[in-house]
Amino acid sequence: MSYYKRDKRAWLVLSDGSVFEGYNFGCEGTTIGEIVFTTGMTGYQEVLTDPSYYGQIVMQTYPLIGNYGINTDDMESKRSWVNGYITKEWCEEPSNFRYSKNINEFMIDQDKVGIWDVDTRAITRIIREHGTMNGAITTEPVDDALFEKIRTFKVEQPVQKVTSQHMGWFYSQENRANHVALIDYGYKHNIRRMLLKLGCNVTVMPANTTIEEIRNLNPDGIMLSNGPGDPAENVQIIENLKDFIAYGKPIFGICLGHQLMALAMGGKTMKLKYGHRGMNQPVKDLTKDRVYITSQNHGYAVIPESIPESVGVMTHINLNDQTCEGFEYKNCHAFTVQFHPEASAGPNDTGYLFEKFTDLMERGQQGCL
Amino acid sequence: MPLRTDIKRVLVIGSGPIIIGQAAEFDYAGTQACKTLKKAGLDVILINSNPATIMTDKSMADKIYIEPLTLEVVRKIIEIEKPDSILSTLGGQTGLTLSMQLAKEGFLEKHNVKLLGADLETIEKAEDRQAFKDMMKEIGEPIIPSEVVTTIDGALAFADKMGYPVIVRPAFTLGGTGGGIAHDCNELREIATNGIRLSPINQILVEKGIAGWKEIEFEVMRDAKGNVITVCSMENFDPVGIHTGDSIVVAPCQTLSDKEYQMLRTSALKIISALGVEGGCNCQFALNPGNFNYAVIEVNPRVSRSSALASKATGYPIAKVASQIAVGYSLDEIVNEVTGTTTACFEPAIDYIVVKFPRWPFDKFVYAKRTLGTQMKATGEIMSIGSSFEHGMMKAIRSIELGFETLSVQKLMDESDERIMEMLHNTDDERAFVVYEAIKRGVSMEHITEITKIDMWFLDKLRHLAVMEKDLAEKGLTPERVRVARELGFLDKTIEELSGQKIEEAEKQYASFKMVDTCAGEFAAQTPYFYSTRDKENEAALFIEEHPTGKERILVLGSGPIRIGQGIEFDYCSVHCAWALRELNYEAIFINNNPETVSTDFDTSDRLYFEPLTKEDVWSVVETEKPIGAIVQFGGQTAIKLTRYLEEMGVPVLGTSPKNIDAAEDREVFDQLLEACDIPRPQGETVFTTEEAVEVAERLGFPVLLRPSYVLGGQNMIIAYETEDVVEYMTIITSNELENPVLIDKYLMGKEVEVDAISDGENYLIPGIMEHIERAGVHSGDSISVYPPQTLSDKIKETIIDYTGRLVKALEVVGMVNIQYVIYHDEVYVIEVNPRSSRTVPYISKVTNVPMVNLATKMMLGHKLIDLGYTPGLQPESDYVAVKVPVFSFAKLQDVDTQLGPEMKSTGEVLGVAKTFSDALYKGLVASGNKMERSGGVLLTVKDRDKDGIIEIGRQFHELGFEVYATVGTALVLNEAGIPAKVVRRLAESKPNIGDLLESGKVNYVISTSTKGRMPQNDSVRMRRKSVESSISLLTSLDTAQALLECLKSHRTIEDIDMVDIKEI
Repeated sequence: MSYYKRDKRAWLVLSDGSVFEGYNFGCEGTTIGEIVFTTGMTGYQEVLTDPSYYGQIVMQTYPLIGNYGINTDDMESKRSWVNGYITKEWCEEPSNFRYSKNINEFMIDQDKVGIWDVDTRAITRIIREHGTMNGAITTEPVDDALFEKIRTFKVEQPVQKVTSQHMGWFYSQENRANHVALIDYGYKHNIRRMLLKLGCNVTVMPANTTIEEIRNLNPDGIMLSNGPGDPAENVQIIENLKDFIAYGKPIFGICLGHQLMALAMGGKTMKLKYGHRGMNQPVKDLTKDRVYITSQNHGYAVIPESIPESVGVMTHINLNDQTCEGFEYKNCHAFTVQFHPEASAGPNDTGYLFEKFTDLMERGQQGCL
Repeated sequence: MPLRTDIKRVLVIGSGPIIIGQAAEFDYAGTQACKTLKKAGLDVILINSNPATIMTDKSMADKIYIEPLTLEVVRKIIEIEKPDSILSTLGGQTGLTLSMQLAKEGFLEKHNVKLLGADLETIEKAEDRQAFKDMMKEIGEPIIPSEVVTTIDGALAFADKMGYPVIVRPAFTLGGTGGGIAHDCNELREIATNGIRLSPINQILVEKGIAGWKEIEFEVMRDAKGNVITVCSMENFDPVGIHTGDSIVVAPCQTLSDKEYQMLRTSALKIISALGVEGGCNCQFALNPGNFNYAVIEVNPRVSRSSALASKATGYPIAKVASQIAVGYSLDEIVNEVTGTTTACFEPAIDYIVVKFPRWPFDKFVYAKRTLGTQMKATGEIMSIGSSFEHGMMKAIRSIELGFETLSVQKLMDESDERIMEMLHNTDDERAFVVYEAIKRGVSMEHITEITKIDMWFLDKLRHLAVMEKDLAEKGLTPERVRVARELGFLDKTIEELSGQKIEEAEKQYASFKMVDTCAGEFAAQTPYFYSTRDKENEAALFIEEHPTGKERILVLGSGPIRIGQGIEFDYCSVHCAWALRELNYEAIFINNNPETVSTDFDTSDRLYFEPLTKEDVWSVVETEKPIGAIVQFGGQTAIKLTRYLEEMGVPVLGTSPKNIDAAEDREVFDQLLEACDIPRPQGETVFTTEEAVEVAERLGFPVLLRPSYVLGGQNMIIAYETEDVVEYMTIITSNELENPVLIDKYLMGKEVEVDAISDGENYLIPGIMEHIERAGVHSGDSISVYPPQTLSDKIKETIIDYTGRLVKALEVVGMVNIQYVIYHDEVYVIEVNPRSSRTVPYISKVTNVPMVNLATKMMLGHKLIDLGYTPGLQPESDYVAVKVPVFSFAKLQDVDTQLGPEMKSTGEVLGVAKTFSDALYKGLVASGNKMERSGGVLLTVKDRDKDGIIEIGRQFHELGFEVYATVGTALVLNEAGIPAKVVRRLAESKPNIGDLLESGKVNYVISTSTKGRMPQNDSVRMRRKSVESSISLLTSLDTAQALLECLKSHRTIEDIDMVDIKEI
């Protein structure tokens, strides 16, 4: 055919034994990962470069992917972290003033294996019914060995794989700025951009940062970023967090940061059947009796009952399944949300939370906390 | 927040007759509103002049007034019914404007009536051009440089400053009526004059042209708590400049990155919040394709055509949710009925692409100016759902029912390369097809984009279709190619035709179906609807399996896009059929593709398939659903056409047999049948060539009626008065392939009478006989129709009943039949028999209290009339008189002759109901837009044949005190008869002439008839156009004029006439 790569067959293999035949795009080869689906209709570039997708094979439920190509501005990190990519259709001839390459070229650059022209809706239904499962994309014949590899696949220490190894400094244009320590568990660059836009200087710090390093930096506030994997596995990080809390500066946590905070406060997390991934998730702010549409990407959630009211109160819930979406802690200046107020991709409706954070830091600077 | 406690009694204002720019989408919205309000336990009072709607059904509201939508009437009804609130945002521009005027004049406050949905301030901020600009400035949202002016000089001064082109938008008009793009000062002068006149506040907006920007729409919702969401984004295939109603539209947006998408989404939410709308709102944006610049073009603080489309595209029922919000609920308290488990406070995620394609009336109005601009011209639209743009587009092309299966159009294929390049510059209804033709001929994408400004993304997709079409023709079939072609939306039939090869029977595979579920599969759905794809998994089949009901399934075929001749009435019938089936404990399976209608609401049927109505598309549904039968009688000609195929597929057609349906449509068979029944009809024959036609016409004697067989809405019908007319007609008609013969009938200038009958195969029921005011020759859909008949003798009535009985028997009708008679010299002749429901069914059902569709459906399933409690024969006549008056959209269709004839031209209808004929007629005429001025001037200009008749008309106007103006010939006749008439010069003659008279405002009525019509350059056509464009009541039949005079002479006004709650009938 004269359009789209149809020269190479590819197969999507799920751990439940189902196999879907499609065509290969991106690189050839075999890749294994946890299969998740995301329902966003735009923002595929942000998805591909969001470190929270580390170790996962991501499927887009929206069928037409790559329509506006890949540009240089919308990277959420320096590279793509997904283990593979599934779409109904990808676009060879994108159209957008910012476009620099098409998605196939990007996948090849990033050494990613993709499959397209499969029944993405059937796959979504399987995951919805059976929960998130491992799977593989391969351009090689499917054999028992592959099933064995799929069965035993596990993501090891994902936060350590995606975090920065060194500190990074970013300065705002503002004169008198708050200084934020952004703990990088796999942060999306838009968190940094949002803080800079609000006049904060940002120091990005590795995931294993200790309280000593924080003390040396003496920031006005600590931002706990998003990131991949099961939060409870990050034992040392959780320990470090307890020290951060005691340090007394304002803390704002997003996604994994929210979960880690809950664990540091003595709470528990659980794995969701198939997670929340998309940008249409309604979240109710219980303190305001208002619902906001949010961008989400998580497979675990905080069990709200695991945190006593004396420690913290749940501030946000998901309107679809009533899971915990936000907490505010007592006796310290910490609040966290499960969703992504930095959006990118997704709605900007909860950007006000960043302002809440900067307000807290202002008050801290003035000694009014 | 729960239901407001201060609301008990809500007045809902409907949108009135179907006109271009305000169509069935408001029946869909209004029906949802009424159902929602009733469910909330509120008293609902409804006003809508359109009887062909589901919303005016007796079960929809507590009080239903099918009355004119004028301020006087609404005031009167408020005084009678004492509602405590008005829902203003569900009845289109009509409902909004009426509410606003009542609020402004203080009437609502005086009567303690609250405005729900949008208050006065909100409406004014959105509707008043200056207030809108000020608000946008305040919230920092960009708009296009523009100026509000009330004079031509003001418009010219702005254009001089900004440069041309400029766009003119009149304030408070519907579908952009009176607007346009001006490229120089002469054009601006003309458009601005028109626009200022048409605006009720004589105000226009002149704005800088931004040709080539993308046009993007967002449908947004807000509740009283301030929660805001977007339901759907839409991108227009055509860049700004073409009205969105006339654009091919896709949902969701395709060429916007998340950054651009969120930028516009945020802006839309900011706007709805600033406006304070409590309900739905439509925001239209222009987006510069080369950077992040954008501008807000328009905001509608109400449900709209776009919101109907967005509802059907996503499964999110905007009108229903808007109604719930209006009475106090917040978004998070409202259940998402498709999933049944989540709330309405979310944003639908879709996992398919939706293509909307407009349906224009240019096949009917061959001389209409086809150029598209800021004024909408489409009468209807279709929506298709596909897994890719190509897939959706191919389905769309089939759904619009212009006889195409691909974007290749023979007429364009025959054009030269030069001509195609020229045509690329036209912005008309053929544009997508011309672009496709250019692509096929190898014109570069860059070049096409440069000329048309259509985004490359769309062009590339069209190229894929062109390549496939070419490959099929040149390279033949391989399994792979067939598979990909199917994925792109080609039918097997098309694949075979293009390749000249057969697909093996064993390889034939019906399509699978996927769900529309609002959430891209994230949650299980309770009441989804379906669209076909070429994926393996058939979710519809799975859904049926997972939800066993043990009920038998029956397929109901819908009527497709709304077009002249096949309007909302057929949707009304289809909906009632589905309801009847459900009442009888069958599962009603619906196929339709019209996003505007009640039939495509997800809870009307048990399962809905959003699909084109072609043989192969229907086949896939049949294979999935395995229905025990199909019903074709309610979907107009669209469904009737499928009868044969259903039979081939082995699906029993319920009701009248396919053989007899054919007998009614096939001229020769039908003639034999009439002969056997001993029923006279006007003499006639069928011909294929011009020579035959001339010979037959001369033998029958003029005038004769010419028409192609198999038509609805009198397409391409004319009355020929001389040989020349026959030759002209045959030349046009034979220029297209002539599949079916042309019928020539002796034309009888008699009184037309119409009946709809229902039969169980043994007995039949006639709810009522309808009599037309205009004599035969004006299409029945364009005639004023009166029930019960006022002038028929008992003998004639008996003959009609007798003939109806004979025909019902002969055709073995089970279900519905519509028969048209002409009475000529006291003889009854049959003109036409339609073995299906007709456009009069809704109104007759309402005024006679006979639920016709319900009964007909039951009879198709074996129930007997007598068992259902009805006495066969003609039902006793009602105490009320109901007069159906047609409504036209001439103001929106440039160059269309307004002279009524055998070809249908009306887009909608209104009903007047009263105790007496003249009161009912008066209401009907007012409802259809006549101002019923009782003094002023009248202009008479008639053809020679009408010269005798005009004397009486002229005399009556003169006696009423009107100043009578007439063209030379007519004036001569009048003056000789002693009626003073001032002579006016024709348009072609020197000034001052008719044109100046019409502009002067001295004339309130124009009565014009002429032999020759249609050609826009004709003097009489131009004069009639001028009248329409000057908003002067125009009558083209003396019969209508006489009826109008009766009303004027009665000296009664709305104040004197009782309002009728049709539930009391």
